[in-house]
Amino acid sequence: MSIDLETAARVAKLARIRVDDDALPELAAEFNNILGFIEQLGEVDVEGVEPMTSVTPMRLKRREDAVTDGHQQDKVLANAPDAREGFFAVPKVME
Amino acid sequence: MMSDTSKMTLAQARDALRAGDVTSAELTESYLERIDAAGALNAFVHNTPDLARAQAAEADQRIQAGDAPDLCGIPLGIKDLFCTEGVPSQAGSRILEGFVPQYESTVTRNLREAGGVTLGKLNMDEFAMGSSNETSVYGDAVNPWKVDDRALTPGGSSGGSASAVAADLCIAATGTDTGGSIRQPAAFTGIVGIKPTYGRCSRWGIVAFASSLDQAGPMTKSVRDSAIMLGAMAGHDPRDSTSADIAVPDFEAMLTGDIRGKVIGIPQEYRMEGMPAEIAALWSRGTDMLREAGAEIREISLPHTQYALPAYYVIAPAEASSNLARYDGVRYGHRATLEAGEGIVEMYEKTRAEGFGAEVQRRVMVGTYVLSAGFYDAYYNRARKVRTLIKRDFDQAFEAGVDAILTPTTPSAAFGLGEMSDADPVQMYLNDVFTVTVNLAGLPGISVPAGLNAQGLPLGLQLIGRPWEEGDLLNTAYALESAAGFVEKPAQWW
Repeated sequence: MSIDLETAARVAKLARIRVDDDALPELAAEFNNILGFIEQLGEVDVEGVEPMTSVTPMRLKRREDAVTDGHQQDKVLANAPDAREGFFAVPKVME
Repeated sequence: MMSDTSKMTLAQARDALRAGDVTSAELTESYLERIDAAGALNAFVHNTPDLARAQAAEADQRIQAGDAPDLCGIPLGIKDLFCTEGVPSQAGSRILEGFVPQYESTVTRNLREAGGVTLGKLNMDEFAMGSSNETSVYGDAVNPWKVDDRALTPGGSSGGSASAVAADLCIAATGTDTGGSIRQPAAFTGIVGIKPTYGRCSRWGIVAFASSLDQAGPMTKSVRDSAIMLGAMAGHDPRDSTSADIAVPDFEAMLTGDIRGKVIGIPQEYRMEGMPAEIAALWSRGTDMLREAGAEIREISLPHTQYALPAYYVIAPAEASSNLARYDGVRYGHRATLEAGEGIVEMYEKTRAEGFGAEVQRRVMVGTYVLSAGFYDAYYNRARKVRTLIKRDFDQAFEAGVDAILTPTTPSAAFGLGEMSDADPVQMYLNDVFTVTVNLAGLPGISVPAGLNAQGLPLGLQLIGRPWEEGDLLNTAYALESAAGFVEKPAQWW
């Protein structure tokens, strides 16, 4: 599997990372290098093997479905790049 | 006050504090001075002297009142990956510049409640992605060990932690380990570092890299110190759903040094082609030491070892791409300046391009690719199946009676900063070849300094234990440490 410039651009787009066009060839080459390395997983016989979901056999804890936290608007907004009137502010999303 | 408090281990400092030979205030002041004089190591990146002094005063009161846990009054360094209330926590990244957590991670809260004195935050690879501390926004942390005019890497990602402990800028430090980030830097700097069983330490409040692999652990000057500090860090936390509800034993009390009859596995697959002779020799000396201490040495096979690194470089980037999606310029951290007409998508893309360094961008995109439609089965699911097989290899060894497994920690000693800059990323990834299996299998692993190479740089040996049996593992490490008798310290040049 070889990554071309178009695929590299698509992956950057999916990852929401701006990559300039002139940086795409190097990025594609790096992808190919790393993917070439992980390609060897294809040699392993994984027939009938379950993909790991939890490394330690434990049942996730359950708890009562109740509100246990909240009323911390100031703290939640304390690190926002742009907070106005108690909300996060972002550029216009819809026209 | 004792003559040289800077060289004290945690256990020695604890005993001196309790005996009244030194106060935490005195100890803390001496470490703050050493940090100020060690700018060349670039280990501490956010200093908190006022907080440390206040904590020390409080610790002295507790010690006087006779209510002093082991950690009480001990000056510690904290990896920048831990969120610390009111103290900048950037994970070594530009994207978290200015971020000041409004809460305290569970592990650092446990340490503070035990009376630990926090001197400041420690340098690290950006988002813990690196093996040389060269991807940090703060610049390289530097290894206090030096053999010529080159500045050497302290390893990574917990490079600042390793450098600070080795240079006596703190008595012990926290680290985190996703693929070797505690054990490799510990080996490069001649200190001890343990990655506990997955679930032993809460991940709550630790900036996430790859959640199914991340674990916090101590980096210390001795195995005893690691036993003491791990006990203080560990414990069940309802805020981390993967935190194990298992009692934390008194690890220090388990250090008897008696390993007679223990079975130590030597995995043949770790004898990799091209292994430097001095690494092979160290490994064989370590094997002899454990045999002489009364352990039974057994050759074992972990047949899927060679696939651990490629599986890791699918699973870790996949999880990272998901975890790092939160850095979008909306709720915290850096936000790019927008041009007229640019909207929210441009905001995300520019913010992340400006805020993430090259290695983080690369891993996020590789993760995005292996999770994308059409490739999920071929890469991500296959890697998770291989992970099952890697864990099964270990399970079978333990079922056959193996108590611990001995391997080298790293394929080399510390290398020069910048020496790998022209190498492709995969070359750097090979640093983790002996450590990454342990994360994939969720097992505890510890690096113990075991000798110097021909140039005079420290080398470490790794012991891998059964899940939840850190006490037994620490005891085997204690026996190895005693036999190796590693006492060398870097000469102070900074």
